[in-house]
Amino acid sequence: MPHTSAQPLLRLNHVSLAFKGVKAISDIGFSVAHGEICALIGPNGAGKSSLLNVINGVYSAQEGSIDFDGTTHRRLRPHQAAELGIARTFQNIALFKSLSLLDNVLTGRNLLRRCHWLTQALGLPQARAEEDAQREAAERVIEFLHLQPWRNSIVGRLPYGLQKRVELARALAAEPRLLLLDEPMAGMNAEEKREMSHFIAETNREWGTTLVLIEHDIGVVMGLSDHVVVLDYGRKIGDGTPDEVRRNPEVIAAYLGTRH
Amino acid sequence: MDFFFEVLIGGLLAGVMYSLIAIGFVLIYKASGVFNFAQGAMVLFAALTFVSLLERGVPFLLAFLVTLAAMILLALLIERAVLRPLVNRSPITLFMATLGLSYMIEGFAQMLWGTQVHGLDLGVSDEPLEVGGLLLSRFDLFAAATAAVLVAVLSVLFNKTRMGLSLRAVADDPLAALSLGIRLQRIWAVVWAVAGFVGLVAGLLWGARLGVQFSLSLVVLKALPVLIIGGFTSIGGAIVGGLIVGAAEKLAEVYLGPLVGGGIENWFPYGLALLFLLVRPAGLFGERAIERV
Repeated sequence: MPHTSAQPLLRLNHVSLAFKGVKAISDIGFSVAHGEICALIGPNGAGKSSLLNVINGVYSAQEGSIDFDGTTHRRLRPHQAAELGIARTFQNIALFKSLSLLDNVLTGRNLLRRCHWLTQALGLPQARAEEDAQREAAERVIEFLHLQPWRNSIVGRLPYGLQKRVELARALAAEPRLLLLDEPMAGMNAEEKREMSHFIAETNREWGTTLVLIEHDIGVVMGLSDHVVVLDYGRKIGDGTPDEVRRNPEVIAAYLGTRH
Repeated sequence: MDFFFEVLIGGLLAGVMYSLIAIGFVLIYKASGVFNFAQGAMVLFAALTFVSLLERGVPFLLAFLVTLAAMILLALLIERAVLRPLVNRSPITLFMATLGLSYMIEGFAQMLWGTQVHGLDLGVSDEPLEVGGLLLSRFDLFAAATAAVLVAVLSVLFNKTRMGLSLRAVADDPLAALSLGIRLQRIWAVVWAVAGFVGLVAGLLWGARLGVQFSLSLVVLKALPVLIIGGFTSIGGAIVGGLIVGAAEKLAEVYLGPLVGGGIENWFPYGLALLFLLVRPAGLFGERAIERV
């Protein structure tokens, strides 16, 4: 872990979210340390995706707050979250289907461009230099995720597993401090899952990116993450290392469906 | 043969006027995936505001700038009051919203400036000019030159700046675009403002040709075959589509018209567009929808 500060990168404080009176998340709080991989697990409808949506500002929580890097936010807006360095992928692939893979990755660098649109329109040297630098950075991400063979393909025509990886590339291109992955391995076969886990672990190791991911495959989660948070019916029922969570009776009950 | 070329070139030049209208549609379609029915009302509103200011003694340039400011204000209002609350709704919902918007803008223009017909003189005569032995309308040449400048400016704006990429990103997936820090609202406001500017240019040229009156908002219906032929997502397609429609309708009128008793000009482009729908539904330059099954 590159950071040694005791302060977590992300902390949720008593977050609650309801849709038209139906509670999706009740009073959830947990911390994500700098540089860790934190997995959110729980049955369908446990509120995992809603929680990611709160963190990157798509939903605003009715109660609670979010600390990001020491600053408390009552609510975030999506572009504000992006500016803070929070990037994400989506459960149902949300790529720009009609653009090429390279262009998709370039959109990820949107906030890292500094040149004014007028200097771009006039094609001034500084705008061109920036364009080259952005392209290079995008190519680095593409190479890192072994996507070179498809760099000029229209992403809508790529197979599902690759699209998932392109989405990771686009998010990574933003050079985020916190990366939220919503079921990055959903619908993949064992081989694709292994590949994706490898890329996620590499991202964490080489780029030092802090990750929060949602995943159903418990085997994958336990092998990949430093920290696991378990949700059930919108409540937090477990929080700790993979081993601690594995031994937690409430977690076992929720997963096996045995209730007393 | 000279006569054929005169008809052809006259048709192509007239087609440029259709392209001007079609470009306004393309811009908004590209950014929000919606066919903006209100484009015609925007053309009318711009022309009417401009001509009313001119008649009240406001100098040409100032009237142009004030009208432009009004169009930008209108764009900001539309973004705020209509697009923002309807984000992530289905295209048909947005289409219905623009339909309503269209009547509101027309009604507002009428309330503000009245209903009478205004003549508009841009200082360009419609007298024929002899170019290489062919007689061409001075006004049509002027309109074509204006369109060329407009297209050049738009292509620089959307191809050289990051706005172009953001625009296409927003059109493909607004939610994902938001998560990358692309400001949806700003993009929409800019695109509607630019569409308003294109509407202003089209309104002045069409207003000078037909007189500024409420039927001006119906001219937009001629943009439909242009869009179907050229494709909804391409500015270049709007130009080519306009040229094809202009040339085809004039040639059809002159050469086929006498065989069937005339009056072909008004419906021929729609027939052509239907043919295109059967053979090439995305148009010549449009993006084919990609769906994985």
